Formats: sequence, structure tokens, C-alpha cells
Amino acid sequence: MNMPFYVSPEQLMKDRADFARKGIARGRSVVVLAYDGGIAFATENPSRALHKISEIYDRIAFAAVGKYNEFENLRVAGVRYADMRGYSYDRSDVTARGLANAYAQTLGTVFITESKPLEVEIVVAEVGATPEDDQIYRLTYDGTVADEHGFVVMGGQAEQLGRKVKDGWRENMSLGEALRLAVAALGSGEGSSSRTIEAAQLEVAVLERGRPRRSFRRLARPVLADLLADGAEASSGEATGDDLPPVDALPVGTATPGTSTADTVPPDPTDSAAGSGDTATTGPDASDAGPEGPTDASPTEEKPDERPEAPGSTPDTER
Amino acid sequence: MTLSADRTTGRLPDAFLRPGSSSFVDFLAEHAPDRLPGNRVMPAGVTDPATLSPHATTIVALTFDGGVLLAGDRRATAGPMIASRSIEKVFPADEYSAVGIAGSAGIGLELVRLFQLELEHYEKIEGSLLSLTGKANRLATMLRANLPMAMQGLAVVPLFAGYDLDKDTGRIFSYDATGGRYEEHEHHGVGSGSLFARGSLKKLWRRGMDADAAVQVAVEALYDAADDDSATGGPDTVRGIFPVVATVSVDGYQRIEDAEISRVAEQIVAQRRERGHLA
Repeated sequence: MNMPFYVSPEQLMKDRADFARKGIARGRSVVVLAYDGGIAFATENPSRALHKISEIYDRIAFAAVGKYNEFENLRVAGVRYADMRGYSYDRSDVTARGLANAYAQTLGTVFITESKPLEVEIVVAEVGATPEDDQIYRLTYDGTVADEHGFVVMGGQAEQLGRKVKDGWRENMSLGEALRLAVAALGSGEGSSSRTIEAAQLEVAVLERGRPRRSFRRLARPVLADLLADGAEASSGEATGDDLPPVDALPVGTATPGTSTADTVPPDPTDSAAGSGDTATTGPDASDAGPEGPTDASPTEEKPDERPEAPGSTPDTER
Repeated sequence: MTLSADRTTGRLPDAFLRPGSSSFVDFLAEHAPDRLPGNRVMPAGVTDPATLSPHATTIVALTFDGGVLLAGDRRATAGPMIASRSIEKVFPADEYSAVGIAGSAGIGLELVRLFQLELEHYEKIEGSLLSLTGKANRLATMLRANLPMAMQGLAVVPLFAGYDLDKDTGRIFSYDATGGRYEEHEHHGVGSGSLFARGSLKKLWRRGMDADAAVQVAVEALYDAADDDSATGGPDTVRGIFPVVATVSVDGYQRIEDAEISRVAEQIVAQRRERGHLA
């Protein structure tokens, strides 16, 4: 192996970004989407013990894709951060924004200073008193923060799944509709072939707006199976219920509210990283939410073509 | 001392990212020991530290068929004065347990807050609940840390009750100021009025009571405590202040509504009136 004497910063950052992206894309996707009563999280995860979605605080949840040991570490740090803050001040003073900033700084610092970037992508979501107060922050391996509206898909074939969710998502979906959309999206992929994912293979949790204190709740298999089954009956025409009828009926504006952010922040990490270098695309939100250092360091190049062939080829529990 | 994010960079401090204990108290001890209630240093020269914080009084607990009940009066005293008529001393520790405090109110309330957080923190990090005995032991450890304060007169004596999901039964744990933990059976009481409350419980408690009967017994025991102990408050019908009564069953922690306690209290008063001055 020959060691070059000089590696340009661009090349160094690009290599690191490629490395992180590859790792993230190898796992299975997580879908986060808002529904009328809160925010729902869904992913394909046969493990009952190793969670990708978990509770951080009263109104805040965490979802991650990538290397399990790395995001588990961040999750624990997040719980400690939130509990420490709530203990020092008050429970109402713990916000997703503060946590997202702390995560962004941490990810950004590791990306630049450590020998290996963290191969993770994270969503920190907070359910508000009204749907307008809901906050969904998406953080990438380099510390970029994006303030998302409505939905996020990350990990695996994120771009492809993101398009699917974007087509189906609208404001004020019921929980059943939202979950059917999420599960249909998770089951799609690898070209046109789609499969139906059983409730037993899913990890699903919600932040419920109506619950008094701790709003995080995992949906047990029977509940989940009921919610998913309702859709099969309701949309009796469709095989999987993934094409929700009302979408066509809605004007474009209502179908994708918050279009500005949803559009400018593409659902794929590769796009996000490529865009963040030249300011405009992720610019406003990223700078709103805080960190700017890592953003500048992001590589600016075309989407690499190393998209993984088979998302399920590695055991999911490791990712 | 770093608070929650590193001041200079805003990133999470290394201590936060270090794998380790799922105990928040242990984390605090390592990362911010100054914030642990037991770690405060009492300045020399305070002649009677016990007067610094009001004194919380009587708590009773009893088991019933399918759960356990915890109840406390609403009075806090500072020497001969009533410091508060409406203080609450019974709290949910988590979904399946409750804790009540007697003794130094300021330290007790802080202890409860930390204990609640300790259980929640464990639950979030581990993804599962501690066993009931585990929770009871955790509280004992936290009390032990408060021993230096207790020796100066600022003792807290909690009463812990919860529903044991493994054994399908309600259980009661009492403590002393040194952190000693004792499992109680059927019923127990702590605090200044506990002598009278326990006597009352002994006569009123029956095997196989349902939750409603248990509420009556608890309110009556507190009534008896208030009757003979000046530091325990009775039902205050003028201001509408009634004891805090909570049950813990397989359905979780549930606080009984004031309207119900008010009804039970009226009933007891009516019975006593009927029985005359000997009651």
C-alpha cells in the first residue's frame, strides 16, 4: 500500500464522507413521519432487544441508522443530557433543539478530528402541543442538521423510499394510514419488487401528543397488526395498501406542506452531503439549527455509485 | 463543572459518551457530584439544623387484594408552627410504585425527585423496568448517601410501596435514616403520627379487602393520627384539602380523586359523631 505524502483536504473529507455513507446505506431504513396525533417511527427490525428507536425524554424520541454500537452510545449520551438538564432546571426546559445541537457538535467534531467518522444518521423528534409545534431534526454523520417537516427516511435505500413516502404523505394522516405508508415504503425497494413486512418484523413507536407526561410508546405486535390490517380492508382494491387514495385528490400544496424544506433537504444522505458544500440546499435550516463548521467541510462531489446491492445482506442487528 | 454540554464547543462531554452505568445517581456522582443531595456540606456552627427545613409528617401504606395503597396527610410543621397545610408527600416513583416521605421536607422532596429520575433513567437506558426489590434497594442506597445529613438532624424516612409484576402482589418497604431497608407486610406507617395510625391500621385492616375498602381504612388511619398528633393534618373541609391517597395495582399508579376522599372523610366524621366522645 503506498502512502501519499499529501492528501488534499477535499480528498480527505470526501473519503471520510464516502466511508460513512457506505456504512449507513448498508443497514435498513427508518421512516419517521408526522400523523394527526403525533409522530410515528417505523423500521424493519426483527430484534426485540436492540432498538433503533427509543425514548429520550417526555416529548422527545430518537431514531438512528448505521452502526449499532455508535448510535447506542449517542442515544445513552442523549438520555443523560436530557435527564441532567431536566434535573438541573425543569422538565419543560429539555428541548429537541438543544439536543440536536449537542449531537451536531459531537458528530461534527468526530468527523473532523477522529480517525474515523461515526457511521450513523440520527433523527431527534419532539412532539408539540399542536402539529405546528412538532419538530423533527435530522442529523448526518458530519454534523449537518436539517429541520424537517412531515417525514424523514434515512438509511438503506433512503432516496428511493423517501420518494415513495413523499408521494403518499399528507398532513393529518391517521396513525393507521401513516404506518401503512411507512411499512409499504419499507417493503418497497430493489427495483419494482415489493414485499409485505409482517408486524413481527417491525419496530414501531410513536410520540403521542395526547399523553400527559411521557409521550413515547412502543406499539406491541397485536396493536400494530390491527393498525396495519385496517388498511388492507379500507383500501380493498390495492394489494398492499401503499397507494393511499386521498393523495391524488389533494392539491400539490397540501400534499407536501413545508415544501421548501422537504424539497431542499433531500431524503438521501448522499444528496445532503453533496448539497451542503455549496450553501444553498441545506443552508438555511442547517444554520438555523446551529452548527456550521462541519457543513463547510462536507465534500462537494457527485453522488457516489457505491449504493449497496442488497440492504438485507448483512445481519440487521449489527447495523 | 460542565453543565450539560461542553461550554466551549457545545459538544456532548466525554463523560456522557462513556459506556457505563445505567444509574443516573452514579452518573451524577461521577460527573457532577455537587448536585447530589447528600453531598452538601453542612457549615459548622448551625446549632439546630433540623429547624432549617419544615418537617413532613405521617404516611401510611397497606396492601389490598390486587395492589397496595399509599397515603399521606397534607401538613408540614416547623417546630410548633404549621409550615404548610397543603404539602404533598406521596408521589408516583414510576408507573408501578409510589413513595411517600416523612422527615425533613426539603431533602425528602429532592430525594423523591432524584429517585423518580433514577428509575426513569434506568428504564430508558435499559429498555426494561427494574424489579420492585431493585427499586427498593436503589432507594436504600440513595438514603445511605444522606446519612451525614441525617446525623445532623435532617433525616428523611421514606415509605415505598409498589406492585411486584413478577409476584403479582403489592409490597411495602420501610427504611431508617441509615439506609436500612425492611419489608413490611399488610400495613405500615411512618412519621410523627405513625404511632396512632398504626394502631388504627391494626384494627381496621382485613385480609382480602378491595381498593375501596383500603381507601377507607387509610383515610381513617390518618384521621386517627391527626386526632392525637398535632403535626398531622386531618381532612380540611373548610379549604377542601384532603390526604393524598394513591393505589398501585397491575394497572399502574392511580391517585384517588379529592372528591372521593372528601366523601370518605365525611363518612368517617359522621360515624365518629354517632359513636360520641369515646370514638
